[in-house]
Amino acid sequence: MKWMDEFRDRDLVVSLLGRIDTACMDRRYRLMEFCGGHTHALYRYSLIEALPEAVEMVHGPGCPVCVLPAGRIDMAIDLVRHRDVVLCTYGDMLRVPGGRGESLFSARASGGEVRMVYSPLDAVDMAERMPDRQVVFFAVGFETTAPATALALDRARALGLRNFTVFCNHVLTVPAMRAIADDGEEAAIDGIIGPGHVTAVIGSEAFAPIATDYRLPVAIAGFEPTDLLAAILVLLHQINAGEARIENAYARAVTAKGNEQAAALMNKVFALRQCFAWRGLGELEASAFKVADEYAGFDAEQRFGMDDLEHADHRACRCAEVLRGQMQPRDCPVFATACTPEHPLGACMVSSEGACAAAFRYEHRPAEVEA
Amino acid sequence: MCLAIPARVVEIRDEGMALVEVEGVRREASLALVEADVDDYVILHVGIAITRLDEAEAERTLSMLRKVVGGDEKENTA
Repeated sequence: MKWMDEFRDRDLVVSLLGRIDTACMDRRYRLMEFCGGHTHALYRYSLIEALPEAVEMVHGPGCPVCVLPAGRIDMAIDLVRHRDVVLCTYGDMLRVPGGRGESLFSARASGGEVRMVYSPLDAVDMAERMPDRQVVFFAVGFETTAPATALALDRARALGLRNFTVFCNHVLTVPAMRAIADDGEEAAIDGIIGPGHVTAVIGSEAFAPIATDYRLPVAIAGFEPTDLLAAILVLLHQINAGEARIENAYARAVTAKGNEQAAALMNKVFALRQCFAWRGLGELEASAFKVADEYAGFDAEQRFGMDDLEHADHRACRCAEVLRGQMQPRDCPVFATACTPEHPLGACMVSSEGACAAAFRYEHRPAEVEA
Repeated sequence: MCLAIPARVVEIRDEGMALVEVEGVRREASLALVEADVDDYVILHVGIAITRLDEAEAERTLSMLRKVVGGDEKENTA
């Protein structure tokens, strides 16, 4: 087993596309791929073009950089102004514009200590090596990256570190999916491709309420082309039959219960926030983690007395509609004109997993320049 | 930060860490949250293995896919 080649097999891909074509009845199918990784894969393998016209893929909010409101970026930038703070975060976060026209990148250019790390465990190591600095890990992400932050908090406590804290912005998949489903008419989605790696952590059972409460079928998919096409095919079958079930089309990585060790650790170090503001989705109850009371000494919001900041998005930017599946990136008035990967106005254009960045990279054809 | 591909476990180390290999590149990663042995494949996210890949399930998926698409060749000849 090579784990990738088999699931990229050209003949299988062509045959699956044929089966999908056959399964299409005389109607349209609007399917949302929740995860930004899936958006990227659909573009990368040209599946969006290859799918029959009747199947429309709608991009979902599953890009952690994109759903973080600008105010949280500004809060991180304010942290960098503390003289002894070293702020560590993922590379994707550096260029995201905050609400005041700054980014972490520009904060670094004006002298702030901002470091890119691959893993939160690297930030813990850094805190060990720099006892006279305050190392803050700016944590973002859904349930795929939250276990790593949990592990970092646990390790920092075991090491007795007094100079490591987490600015926690972890968000949860199921409440976001509910918010999309609550939109009903506006998003008008017929089925959902469930995020494979989030589900490896939380388990496919976690999506049961989406099928029962909203009558929406969910197919959990991996990230190779045959994974995505198989998930689309099972969704079409369910939609045609008027069914709404959770189907696991990524059985090699996902179980019904998920990673129970990771869940237990997250329950220990995190607590649910009563409410969290998402870009595009607004305030959602019980939709994000904060650092648990037992780990309060490692909570950057408490140590640095951080105030919540709110900032509206750039007024021309339509990220909110893109994130809700109500607008395709190319229909945004500033797409590829005022907003490009080099000069992003909105977060969806910054992150490599953002729908606008994927559309720009794979779909955008600049007008031909006359010779 | 979310794009993850399978990594092979090369060597188990202390404190839940392991040496893993992704497309020929070796690095350290945490196995604290999964049960995995040398030569198992895991999915890594930001340096932490979040799940071990199940070979029997992978084979089952592939044979199911081949069966599904093998059913009606005539529709796929276009």
